[in-house]
Amino acid sequence: MTRKQRRGFLIIAAVITLTIASGLVLLAMRDTIVFFYAPSDIEEKGVAPGQRIRIGGLVAEGSVVRGEGAKIRFGVTDTLKTVPVSYEGILPDLFREGQGVVAEGRLDPSGAFTADTVLARHDENYMPPEVAAALKERGVKLGPGATHKTGSSPTAASE
Amino acid sequence: MIVELGHFALILSVAVAAFQMGGPLIGHLVNDERLMLTARPSAVTQCALLTISFGALTYAYVASDFSVSNVYLNSHSDKPLLYRVTGVWGNHEGSMLLWVLMLAVFGLAVALFGTNLPTRLRANVLAVQGAIGLAFGLFIVFTSNPFLRMDPAPFEGSGLNPILQDPGLAFHPPFLYAGYVGFSIAFSFAIAALIEGRLDAAWARWVRPWTLAAWMFLTVGIALGSYWAYYELGWGGWWFWDPVENASFMPWLAGTALLHSALVMEKREALKIWTVLLAILTFSLSLMGAFLVRSGVLTSVHAFAVDPERGVVILAILIAFVGGALALFAARVSSLRQGGIFSPISREGSLVLNNVLLTVSCATVLIGTLYPLALEAITGAKISVGEPYFDLTFGALMIPLLIALPFGPMLAWKRGDLAAAMQRLFAVAAMAILITIASYSVLYRGPWLAPIGLGLGLWVMLAAVYELVTRARFGDVETHVAWARFKGLPRSAFGTAIAHFGVGLMTVGIVATSAYRAETINVMAPGQTVSIAGYTVRFDGAAPDQGPNYTMERATMTVTRGNGSTTTISPEKRRYTAPAQSTSEAGILPDMLGDLYAVLGDRQPDGQSYTVRVYFNPLVRLIWIGALIMFLGGMMSLSDRRLRIGAPRRPKVQPVDVPA
Repeated sequence: MTRKQRRGFLIIAAVITLTIASGLVLLAMRDTIVFFYAPSDIEEKGVAPGQRIRIGGLVAEGSVVRGEGAKIRFGVTDTLKTVPVSYEGILPDLFREGQGVVAEGRLDPSGAFTADTVLARHDENYMPPEVAAALKERGVKLGPGATHKTGSSPTAASE
Repeated sequence: MIVELGHFALILSVAVAAFQMGGPLIGHLVNDERLMLTARPSAVTQCALLTISFGALTYAYVASDFSVSNVYLNSHSDKPLLYRVTGVWGNHEGSMLLWVLMLAVFGLAVALFGTNLPTRLRANVLAVQGAIGLAFGLFIVFTSNPFLRMDPAPFEGSGLNPILQDPGLAFHPPFLYAGYVGFSIAFSFAIAALIEGRLDAAWARWVRPWTLAAWMFLTVGIALGSYWAYYELGWGGWWFWDPVENASFMPWLAGTALLHSALVMEKREALKIWTVLLAILTFSLSLMGAFLVRSGVLTSVHAFAVDPERGVVILAILIAFVGGALALFAARVSSLRQGGIFSPISREGSLVLNNVLLTVSCATVLIGTLYPLALEAITGAKISVGEPYFDLTFGALMIPLLIALPFGPMLAWKRGDLAAAMQRLFAVAAMAILITIASYSVLYRGPWLAPIGLGLGLWVMLAAVYELVTRARFGDVETHVAWARFKGLPRSAFGTAIAHFGVGLMTVGIVATSAYRAETINVMAPGQTVSIAGYTVRFDGAAPDQGPNYTMERATMTVTRGNGSTTTISPEKRRYTAPAQSTSEAGILPDMLGDLYAVLGDRQPDGQSYTVRVYFNPLVRLIWIGALIMFLGGMMSLSDRRLRIGAPRRPKVQPVDVPA
């Protein structure tokens, strides 16, 4: 086998694999990605009920209601609009009123959101960037929970 | 005082790194061997200085010196000693210091063990290491200095994120960093070879053990992180395709490809250009991992102490190194001579297939990780790419890889005989298919793809064992002869077989736990029971208790197996005070066929009942055991004489001492 033939073989093998992989990527991108919305977006952008989406914002103060069994209801707010969310399961450890949250699930025609996943963060000082950006866009002033630690700042003690 | 000493040592190490970069490079340009020889003492000095610096920071943490703002922000005097020490790298500044320390340790290893490297190559390798050390040293000193003091000093620290106060996570970053940084050696060797324009089989022989060592560390680091996420986060999952996880997984995939292509280059002098490119890409992906993790540009559940501004600096370093390396590659690539030729059906051919599949799957992970970022920048739409995407792309690419894997070691170099290999593997394939059908008839409930996945894992495992058996010619020659042959096989052959066996075992674990997992959520009052996967779990109630720096509610659950034997598990819900945060500790019963895994949720208004989530994760432990076996395979391979760095042939006769 000559060098040219070997190169041809390599190129064909690579092209075939790449074609299959790109096909899979495109297919997966069409079917599996999930869009993120802030509560105000849902009305503005006309999100269709039944579509799988993520919503993010703050857990509205005083909105958490524990129902029967493991059922929980709470509101996700960007302070302008609040979306009622129902969820069945165990909430992440850092779930708290007034803290940032991301929920994944479907909107029903009445405008309520049924979540099957509520995302946890490991760091109480961490705000999901979408939530931070969505809130900032709406002109919501973020509390200290949303700011990042600036470890090297010598004035940190005065915070 | 000690802290100032550490600060001073850090700054000095940056200066030494500058010299480690400049001296040998100038020496190379003006052909001055004395300048080239400065690389070794520089590397030793840099490592010593960074060790002092890291030691000083550790001292500040152990002594709880809260006048150091980094200690104040990330530690607390209540913390157990172990977590005061591991708290050093539980934050951005400290973890970057650990990063450069690791880099210096690898540099030291090249300086010490690379005694038989050509002077010029060694000088250039250490110079590139110096350049990386310089860039990150400056980054630490100017943007992330862990030694800054505060005045007045606070009395108490604000504490370490409790979720990080765990042995699994305490040792996850050092292993991960050793892996990331270890790939810098392959990168430096690649750059040095491009600078010199010389690339031969000896080069691959030097690069391979370093890559293997880095790959082993990264394997353990990722497995530790996955195991930690499994028992600490209380989701019962072990991998979430989160951007931060992908950031460590991509260098692993590229590094695995590099291991295999370096093999071709060492044995056959082929795939030279590709190997060099892969060495550059692997380390680039490691740097990108650091950027993604540290900058917080991507939404991640694992984001700790992120800072977008510093992310920009890391991005600049990333662009400088990757851009510079690729430009050098483009300029010099034509001067590299082409190597040996081989037929598509050969050991080389199979390793090429391995490389194509691994790099393409790495690319699909890269696309899945970065696509949300690109889409948001272009259209403003925010999306998340999750598990279904990766299952469909990455998962699909793993199938041909696992099918082809056993053929590789069976094929001869240069020109192999596929029909003969198939014939030899026929028994193995038949066995794997039989087990697949058997498991399908037993576990008919699961998804149809699952038994095939199990069969693939078994196929890889059995073939790895079978490969050693045929190489020793068991059944072909007398048993004691075969046994002697078996013992005489090179350690690298054992290493390959062991690592591949680990891959198969991991596949079985992944498929079993993904396809046959059971889960139930209930509100349970004391005395109530729930049945899952043949177990009966009785909730006996929960009581408050006290830990070293937290309070908790600890539940007691009695688990009765199908055969009547009972065990107790105790999931906990902990509340830390500094900082105020709660964590869950899952109660796990590791059993032969899988883990029974219970998480304690919220207390119900009646004050006695709790929400309780119980999982059964079949064979989940095989995932980490598989990773451990892969690590052991790497160890075995690394101990092969032929691979030992600078293993010069020992003289058979000891030189006789001449009396003076």
